[in-house]
Amino acid sequence: MKRLLYELTESFRIAFAQIRANKMRSVLTALGVIIGIVAVTLMGTAIRGIDTGFTRSLAMLGDDVLYVQKWPWGGVEDWWNYANRPPLRPEDADKLNHIIEQSPNSLLEVAVPVCSRGNSVKAGENKVSGVFTIGTTADYGRLITADFSEGRLFNDTEAAGGRPVCVLGFDVAEALFQNRSSIDQTVMIGGHPFTVIGVVAKQGTFLGLFSFDNQAILPLEAFRKYFSVRRGAEIRVKITDKTRVAEAREELTGAMRRVRAQLPGERDNFNINEQGAFKAQLDPIKQGIALAGLFITGLSLFVGAIGIMNITFVSVKERTKEIGTRKALGARRRTILLQFLIEAVSICLIGGFVGLGLTYGLVLAVGAAFPAIPVEFSVSLVFISMAVSILTGIISGFAPAWGASRLDPVVALRYE
Amino acid sequence: MIPSQVPAASRLTRPAGPLVIDIAGVTKLYEMGEETIHALRGVTVQIHRNEYLAIMGPSGSGKSTLMNMLGCLDTPTAGRYEFNGKSVASMIDDELADIRNREIGFVFQTFNLLPRSTALANVELPLIYAGYAPTERRARAIRALENVGLGSRLHHKPNELSGGQRQRVAIARALVNSPSIILADEPTGNLDSKTGVEIMALFEQLYEQGNTLIVVTHEEEIARHARRIVRLRDGLIESDGSVY
Repeated sequence: MKRLLYELTESFRIAFAQIRANKMRSVLTALGVIIGIVAVTLMGTAIRGIDTGFTRSLAMLGDDVLYVQKWPWGGVEDWWNYANRPPLRPEDADKLNHIIEQSPNSLLEVAVPVCSRGNSVKAGENKVSGVFTIGTTADYGRLITADFSEGRLFNDTEAAGGRPVCVLGFDVAEALFQNRSSIDQTVMIGGHPFTVIGVVAKQGTFLGLFSFDNQAILPLEAFRKYFSVRRGAEIRVKITDKTRVAEAREELTGAMRRVRAQLPGERDNFNINEQGAFKAQLDPIKQGIALAGLFITGLSLFVGAIGIMNITFVSVKERTKEIGTRKALGARRRTILLQFLIEAVSICLIGGFVGLGLTYGLVLAVGAAFPAIPVEFSVSLVFISMAVSILTGIISGFAPAWGASRLDPVVALRYE
Repeated sequence: MIPSQVPAASRLTRPAGPLVIDIAGVTKLYEMGEETIHALRGVTVQIHRNEYLAIMGPSGSGKSTLMNMLGCLDTPTAGRYEFNGKSVASMIDDELADIRNREIGFVFQTFNLLPRSTALANVELPLIYAGYAPTERRARAIRALENVGLGSRLHHKPNELSGGQRQRVAIARALVNSPSIILADEPTGNLDSKTGVEIMALFEQLYEQGNTLIVVTHEEEIARHARRIVRLRDGLIESDGSVY
């Protein structure tokens, strides 16, 4: 045991002496590993970033909200079966709420109707087009997770009275009023004047596709008055216990069938969507990206590993006579094997450290230059990349080191 | 320092100690492509502790093969080889490595020092393989280097030493683990004659200190330093006798 320890110490000493003695060669070899490690760790960071982005986006939908809609999320192949479904009416939400109130121990808390359309919003000379405008009730406040950067949501009275008030998304407010307060300002939404009573704090985009900050929230009655609700609505239902989504879904399905007065045996003519289903759709995509990315970047690490293998073969060849001498002096096979393995691993570890440093710098730079891209540098990344470096060294160094350990001392001593 | 040509009669000959090497009827075959080479055709030799032996022979005589065998670098094809009573012929690689480490001190024609290590580190090497702790390693290596007159060259690297000094480092390395035999292969082959004489004088001194020496050489003059000469020809022992 002690002997092994001394041999290991000696091996590390030799390895570093060797690296120092062949600086250029070691640097070039390490470069292969450095590039490989940078590529792999950057990819790891990117994948992590994508993951965080997905999670953040999904959180915007709310993990305790069920969406009753005409269409399911994600594509359908038999669209004709869905096209003829009756649209959802805001009144359906009232009926749902009525059912919820009457059922004790309901897993459903509240149903909120949401009508939507695109509008342009103007304030003086400033105009924002394509603002996602929604009409809803005061219960909407119970659904959303975002804070208000200023003001508040409309209350029941304002909602019921269809008062011309609105809450703006952060980007809309900023585009219209820059640094000034938006409260009590009048904006023209689709050509109708509304008074701003609140601004939602910045939320970011959903999967980079749809901005939650580019919206305007109006009382449903006002929406009904100025725009139309004939295109249908969606009903968002908040549930009481997010660990019992499936049961809540069951209950909601039953309640909706009652609202719709559907006969037993008839197929549901609505869809209940939720974040979980969305996640199920996204996960394979996410995994696909991760696999492809890691495979491609793994190739560069593989090339680095081949470099290590090559240099270890060269090193063994060059030092054949030294191997012979060491064997004559009593080095066992294990000793020789370890010596060359440690040499390969040392170069890989140095490459790994440098690569990790570079990755850290790059991540900081990307994070500073593009704050929108979620990149993360984590401690686990450090350990993983070190483990990968060591593994690379062992795998690529093994064949040459094994060969060295098996050399016949007589032949090795005679080698010139 | 002992002059190179001491009259044989005045030389000290130590009484032979217990048997160290017992070789009987050893043969060695090499397959070289289609051909089979009989490097040794049945060699029998016994070497005792405190002997100073020279092995001579022209190239192709089996001299190198016998040396490799004696040094436990190679095993015989057939025949008996016992080292300190243990059969070497059937040993596996790692067992042979341990024998080489503890029982045999090698001195090579080309010195075979590690070029980037200091004299001290070179001499410490066999002790690392033997599993000695760093402090003891160091102490023993320093003593061995002092014994060969290199106490002031501990931290020099081989390229900072003369040929004779390099060979002294190699001899210190061979001695450091107190082996049963010192096996020197043409120890003066890469040295000028004056330095060669110095090295042979050092061998004489080591012999008088009680070491067992085996010198493989093709030079008569070198061989005559030994007390016994074994001559090989065509894989057989031609003669084996004392030097007077």
